[in-house]
Amino acid sequence: MSGEALLELRGVSVTFDGFRAINDLSLSLRQGEMRAIVGPNGAGKTTMMDIITGKTRPDTGVVRFAGHDLTKRDEAAIARLGIGRKFQKPTVFEALSVRDNLLLSLKGLRSPFALLLARETAEEAGRIDALLGITRLAPHARVQAGGLSHGQKQWLEIGMLLGQEPQLLLVDEPVAGMTDAETMATADLLRDINRTRSVVVVEHDMEFVRALGVGVTVLHEGSVLAEGALEAVSADPRVIDVYLGR
Amino acid sequence: MTGEFAFRGVVRTAAAVLVVAALLALGSLLPASNPLSVSPFVVTLAGKYLAYAMLALAVDLVWGFVGILTLGHAAFFALGGYAMGMYLVREIGARGVYGNPDLPDFMVFLSWKSLPWYWWGSDHVLVAAVLVLAVPGALAALFGWLAFRSRVGGVYLSIITQALTYALMLAFFQNGLGFGGNNGLTDFKDVLGFDLHQPGTRAGLLIISALVLAGAMLATRALVGGRFGRLLIAVRDAQSRTRFLGYRPDQVKLLVWVASALIAAVGGALYVLQVGIINPGEFAPANSIESVIWVAVGGRGTLSGAVIGAVLVNLGKTLFTAWLPELWLYGLGALFIATTLFLPQGLVGLGRHINRRRDEVTPEVTRPAGDAA
Ligand SMILES: Nc1ncnc2c1ncn2[C@@H]1O[C@H](COP(=O)(O)OP(=O)(O)O)[C@@H](O)[C@H]1O
Ligand SMILES: [Mg+2]
Repeated sequence: MSGEALLELRGVSVTFDGFRAINDLSLSLRQGEMRAIVGPNGAGKTTMMDIITGKTRPDTGVVRFAGHDLTKRDEAAIARLGIGRKFQKPTVFEALSVRDNLLLSLKGLRSPFALLLARETAEEAGRIDALLGITRLAPHARVQAGGLSHGQKQWLEIGMLLGQEPQLLLVDEPVAGMTDAETMATADLLRDINRTRSVVVVEHDMEFVRALGVGVTVLHEGSVLAEGALEAVSADPRVIDVYLGR
Repeated sequence: MTGEFAFRGVVRTAAAVLVVAALLALGSLLPASNPLSVSPFVVTLAGKYLAYAMLALAVDLVWGFVGILTLGHAAFFALGGYAMGMYLVREIGARGVYGNPDLPDFMVFLSWKSLPWYWWGSDHVLVAAVLVLAVPGALAALFGWLAFRSRVGGVYLSIITQALTYALMLAFFQNGLGFGGNNGLTDFKDVLGFDLHQPGTRAGLLIISALVLAGAMLATRALVGGRFGRLLIAVRDAQSRTRFLGYRPDQVKLLVWVASALIAAVGGALYVLQVGIINPGEFAPANSIESVIWVAVGGRGTLSGAVIGAVLVNLGKTLFTAWLPELWLYGLGALFIATTLFLPQGLVGLGRHINRRRDEVTPEVTRPAGDAA
């Protein structure tokens, strides 16, 4: 338990028009750890990801990743540091082919001038093929992403995350709208990813969280209500109260 | 956006532009008695349409491919036109009404004693060529840098582009600015020693316009066809997603915005050479809005549609205004509404639809995804 923290939030607060969406939140994630974040709607889970990825600036508090202060960087800089993010609503480039979505995600070229002259290399083609395999999208490589099913879009977005080769993946409600089989396959995929990368996953689906078999943090009204193994946390009377009382 | 199919039409349209321009130019050199002879008036009109097609291409590049609905692009067109106009005015030399070898007529009329500093060097064709690109390019760079870094987008950006061109129009109406006030720059005599009123010069300018337009079409096609083009579409449809992948969409937009302004500026320079006048009316907000309509009618996001739309709508305008001038604006408005309702992909989209029916195959369509993301 003594490993150096990869991601650390300390005393973070954010107010929207007088409403405290995040309230003195502290959370720390070790290198290589996977953590599930649960909590009722409006608990601040997505806002927490907005803060980590630079979309929202915290009013107060410390947000550090691998020794870098994230509160002073924009989204692109944070992404380049090695944090990838999957949105709650699957967000892929619908007018582009599945393959081109993955091509754009590949770690490496980011300056517009470099892209002007770039030709796809054999190495990149190989990386894309590998991602198509992992996400089971190989048969759809040339299809416009807008034509994929909801679950396939979720997987494509996870594939794009992997293309970035991040140290840390933030995954917001990845199994919303998935069938049971897809949900379990996604749990397997995330466990697999966790062998080489740290993961924070927000999810409502308790079966899914159980399948992940990782530590759980319960958010409520913008701060941590409970933390620990799923069994212990779900037996906590305060947690039961929050879930039943909503 | 799968390359080859989407842009097959660009090469064909560029080739058609070259062939038609060459035929008109040749026809204008035939004696008037020849049945194939083309009047110089038609050559000038065609040259004007091609200049407008450059503006339309510029608008399509930013609107069709990065989703910036510009309502002020005529500003870059007009600035390019003024830079070229300065050179043409200096070439008049002592042949002006007042016969002053150093000062353009309108400055003599204002009793100015010397050229303002920003006219220095404008009698050199290379300086003029640099100014045609540098002035609109610098303005676009400054405007784009301010707008995109502060994340102004959507309808707000459209409004400030409109404000930009309106402000420039008011400024250029001022005599004190030194660009001829509401008369603008005109009465040009020749360019590089070639008499602008000679049919041969006009034919040559039309050919040059066609070559420049075809070149610009192929260059923009290269820009949007490759990996950079994929990123443009990504920025257009899901800008914030690109940020979380580590891209900076403001830089991407700035690059395309400046490239687009340069295309419009060259169009403006070609316009002035052939139409023979540039005045503040070219900055009028309505001009920029019309250029958006040309693109919508031809087919947004297709490049060839921009050129086709600009030529056809302006041809329609020429015919219509000769016939029922007071009804033109209503006609244009009706055309825009009809396109929006019935031809969301413009004429090029309609052509593709018919082709697809005929070929009984289903190539992937490129359709701008909803802006929701
Ligand atoms: N940009 C914003 N402006 C105003 N209120 C916001 C904004 N983002 C989130 N909120 C509010 O903050 C609270 C937490 O939202 P969110 O983080 O989306 O919750 P969760 O993801 O846990 O369901 C909600 O009450 C939401 O309405
Ligand atoms: Mg949420």
